[in-house]
Amino acid sequence: MIRAGRAARAGRAGQYLALLGYLVFLAFPFVWLLSTAVKPARELGSLHPSWIPRDPTFANFRQAFAEQPLLQAAANSLLVAVSAALICVVIATPVAYALARHRTRLSTAATGWVVVSQAFPFVLVIIPLFLILRNLRLINTLSGLIMVYVVWALPFAIWMLVGFVRAVPRELEEAAAVDGAGRARVLFSVVAPLIAPGAAATALFAFITAWNEFFFALVLLKTPEKQTLPVVLTHFLGAEGVADLGPLAAAAFLATIPSLVIFAVIQKRITGGMAEGAVKA
Amino acid sequence: MTSVSTAPPSREPGEPRKPGDPGEPGERPPARPRRTGGRPRGKILDHGAWFLVLPALIPILVLSVGPLLYGISLAFTDSQAGRTTPTQWIGTLNFRDLLHDTLFWDSFGIGLLWAVGVTVPQFLLALGLALLLNQELRFRRFARALAIIPWAMPEVVVGIMWRLVYNADAGILNETIRDLGLGDGRDWLTGLATALPAVIVVGVWAGMPQTTVALLAGLQNTRRELHEAAALDGAGAWRRFRTVTWPALRPVALAITALNFIWNVNAFALVYVLTAGGPGGRTRLPMLFAYEEAFRYGQFGYAAAMSCVMVAVISVLLALYLVGRLGGGDDQ
Repeated sequence: MIRAGRAARAGRAGQYLALLGYLVFLAFPFVWLLSTAVKPARELGSLHPSWIPRDPTFANFRQAFAEQPLLQAAANSLLVAVSAALICVVIATPVAYALARHRTRLSTAATGWVVVSQAFPFVLVIIPLFLILRNLRLINTLSGLIMVYVVWALPFAIWMLVGFVRAVPRELEEAAAVDGAGRARVLFSVVAPLIAPGAAATALFAFITAWNEFFFALVLLKTPEKQTLPVVLTHFLGAEGVADLGPLAAAAFLATIPSLVIFAVIQKRITGGMAEGAVKA
Repeated sequence: MTSVSTAPPSREPGEPRKPGDPGEPGERPPARPRRTGGRPRGKILDHGAWFLVLPALIPILVLSVGPLLYGISLAFTDSQAGRTTPTQWIGTLNFRDLLHDTLFWDSFGIGLLWAVGVTVPQFLLALGLALLLNQELRFRRFARALAIIPWAMPEVVVGIMWRLVYNADAGILNETIRDLGLGDGRDWLTGLATALPAVIVVGVWAGMPQTTVALLAGLQNTRRELHEAAALDGAGAWRRFRTVTWPALRPVALAITALNFIWNVNAFALVYVLTAGGPGGRTRLPMLFAYEEAFRYGQFGYAAAMSCVMVAVISVLLALYLVGRLGGGDDQ
């Protein structure tokens, strides 16, 4: 008995140790980014960098804004991400409703597409997308990028929203229908208010996806004044690479804040939604 | 519209949820009969459904299904950027050229190495973390919140962050190596031997949170009573994992590894920022290769052919994996 207890305690200690190992592995790069961001150039040049800057400074942040059009890039990113998120949820909600409530051949096809799109081959899509947008004169415009992001975020948004619609009791809709409300009325005045919190979480998720996205933005935006934050961040790397670690770290840190804050807010809902999907898969 | 309230026992074939469906959250108790029943308005609803779906369907067709088909057809043309003569059909010439393009096949091999090298450790590490987070440990919530941070970060920032870690002079990795007296460290991302492993570590790090969350969800779905019963019967931890946990976790594990594999094949930003394909092409994933071919050299047709080959090979591999795994599950 005693031996078993001791073994259990040792096992527990081992578990805490393992957990600590994981957390260190997952957290240390971010701590290092932060540390680099507030180090003066002198310390960054020294051969023995330390975890905690001896002489912390905000000079890197100022320099980052001076070197690259970060404000313009942030404004572009914000515009693109907010528009994409709103449009995405507005057009995804009716689809999600249709999919949750009626199983037609159309909805089977749509569900299939949602699954396939998770595995979408970006390589195969980017070239034609570039050509199509060029013909529509939407290359190097934020509206072109917004359209792409909307389509790109749709599958996941629909998937999440279907779950939220299913949770709405049908009786409510039926009562409204009996009272003579049409389809659109039922959707907008009965269902929409009830799934609003879920829709908000979905919009925020679409926002993060668009805010973080790099590949499409790299291909579709050509001039610096149009580019979004992730693309502008790569300009810090430049050809010389090594020269500007401080401002690079500072800018990278700033670009992450919106995503981190929003993610903290919706974390529960996303992991919950993913959990449900994963269990059903 | 008169028969709305009659609830026939038989459901129309299109009814979303079957009577035997296990209740999901939000499901009404089965005791109450469903009143939508026979639905004489079924037809009208279907028309209505079209209007609900249309606003999403059009952009999807124009910007997703259309480009996919267009992309496949481009692979059979000599499409190039900035040319004045009209694009022509050239049959399978691009594919025949590809067969002899050793650079592409090198890149393809690197891509497979990368995808497998990231997906497997990603799964094993995430499984370990998920098992830990499923225990009654203190700080569990805090650990879970912290563990999913990489998920929220822009890929470009992840790349930049690890460049700072790997930096030869100012990086923490080499500094730690120096502190431990293990030598001077090295330039990880530009060394021919170290570049790919270094990049793979970053890939594993970046993809762990999603995998962990999915596996954790699967674990929370396993039955605790079974675990306890097995423990009472004297089954050790490993046996309990194999006989109780794993069978329940299997479908989730299968789905998430397949998805991870696809996501890793599609990875671009991380490696673009970390090494841009260098040194000497050692980390040039097929995605980077196709991107350069299309947007640096303007060879749209050839790049499209490359993408088609990639997609085809990956689909076959995935199909084999899924069929193999699903088949293996039957005889257990």
